[in-house]
Amino acid sequence: MKEGIISKEYVIPANDFAVAGEASSNVKKILIQLGVEPQAIKKTAVSMYEAEMNVVIHAGGGRAFVEIDEEKILIKIKDDGPGIPDIDLAMQEGYSTASDEIREKGFGAGMGLPNIKKYSDIFNITSQIGKGTLLEITVFFKVKEFIKI
Amino acid sequence: MKIREVIRVLDAVVLTGEENLDMDINSACGADLMSDVMAYVKENVVLLTGLVNLQVVRTAEMMDIKVIVFVRGKNPEEKIVDLAREMGMTILTTKHPMFIACGKLYSAGVTGRGVWD
Ligand SMILES: Nc1ncnc2c1ncn2[C@@H]1O[C@H](COP(=O)(O)OP(=O)(O)O)[C@@H](O)[C@H]1O
Ligand SMILES: [Mg+2]
Repeated sequence: MKEGIISKEYVIPANDFAVAGEASSNVKKILIQLGVEPQAIKKTAVSMYEAEMNVVIHAGGGRAFVEIDEEKILIKIKDDGPGIPDIDLAMQEGYSTASDEIREKGFGAGMGLPNIKKYSDIFNITSQIGKGTLLEITVFFKVKEFIKI
Repeated sequence: MKIREVIRVLDAVVLTGEENLDMDINSACGADLMSDVMAYVKENVVLLTGLVNLQVVRTAEMMDIKVIVFVRGKNPEEKIVDLAREMGMTILTTKHPMFIACGKLYSAGVTGRGVWD
């Protein structure tokens, strides 16, 4: 493994709105500590948070795997949820299957996947019905000085 | 506009983050759906919302939003204010409903737009 690579793994709990977002929050703090440029941090934080919320809301929980090196962050978000039958449809702005209860909590605008696509530099989504969904999000950045932590 | 001016314009009450009152804001985002907030890119944003839960603070954290205004007299629970305090954010609450609160800020000169709207 190349020097300066940081690997992290997080468990994303199901339907728990109190802890939802903690993984993204933690990754954001790491990037700040590393001295990554603010724009890239925001892109990463929003992408990961939307993906994390999707796993909380739509998939009954999952896991996040994060790798950071001197020039990029790769985030893999994996769940064993119901899968997405039509990815093109799910990617459309405003498309959502979220319940009214979820909407009352401020989610279900159908903007999550479009936001992730917009903010990430490389975005991959694969899904199998009944098996689960995998998102791979990459954001490139420049660091003035990669601070080892 | 400084946060202390926002407070005056909205007749708002500060719940935490007194230390930021001299911070400048130049645009506002009024939304109850958090993904709509995250689609809105602009620096120095004040977020106005009728939604009151921890995810509002989380969303603001991801977006580097330092000021949240809860409209229509909504009072957040302690743990929401605590998380915001931990993040160094300012939380305000105003009796005005969303439309009026946004209108007041707009009339007072907060007219900045996000890049994707
Ligand atoms: N991890 C996932 N597992 C199953 N379905 C998902 C997942 N992520 C997204 N979806 C489906 O794609 C739709 C669109 O997702 P998104 O754009 O984030 O909007 P929202 O979460 O607001 O509904 C969701 O409503 C849901 O049907
Ligand atoms: Mg979503």
